Amino acid sequence: MSEKSLTIIATKGTLDWAYPPFILSSTAAALGYNVTMFFTFYGLQLLKKDLSLSVSPLGNPGMPMPMAMDKWFPVLGTAIPGMQAMMTGMMKNTIKTKGVATVAELRNLCLEADVKMIGCQMTIDLFDIKHEDLIDEIDLGGAATYFEHAGESNINLFV
Amino acid sequence: MPDSNQELDARGLNCPLPILRAKKTLNGMAAGEVLKIMSTDPGSVKDFQAFATQTGNQLLDSSEVNGEFHFFLKKGD
Repeated sequence: MSEKSLTIIATKGTLDWAYPPFILSSTAAALGYNVTMFFTFYGLQLLKKDLSLSVSPLGNPGMPMPMAMDKWFPVLGTAIPGMQAMMTGMMKNTIKTKGVATVAELRNLCLEADVKMIGCQMTIDLFDIKHEDLIDEIDLGGAATYFEHAGESNINLFV
Repeated sequence: MPDSNQELDARGLNCPLPILRAKKTLNGMAAGEVLKIMSTDPGSVKDFQAFATQTGNQLLDSSEVNGEFHFFLKKGD
């Protein structure tokens, strides 16, 4: 079986959107793909040693709300202070009870499977992100570094 | 039901964990050995078929037993 490869650009830094890139990368690695992940803009949050990711119901009408909250608090209700913390807590709880892996767990599985992770240097400079706040296993690079991998890859995804 | 050399309890775990755990367990096994996996994730039925065709490990048997899903994977060369 010839070796296939996958690259994913991870651009989002919320609890819900942390899942697709790590699920796809860890699974592809298990299937024998060479995987490279490029983290840019808010996606850099996914490389923090201390993952404190939140999910926001604000501006997301597709998000299921418990106890018919969307009926009682339409749109503006999602902007109530404390709503984001509450929804984050609820989602973390659901993740646990449904046997879904945590983001940290999936990230570790990716690292164990030799998924290559590249942090965007420009974003780090732009947002003054401290190197010591990011996990040690990553390389830093820019768009050209990404294309070095993407140009040789079978599948390239932008998440 | 085929005989198995090793068992993996993936019950209660959700996608993609059953596949990832299976892959990790297979890594420590010899070619030709059989891994039995128990799962409660309905999505794992299609996923183990896809895993087998893409990795060269053979899915000897896939069955539903009392609401659980049992898979027998023979490690490829």
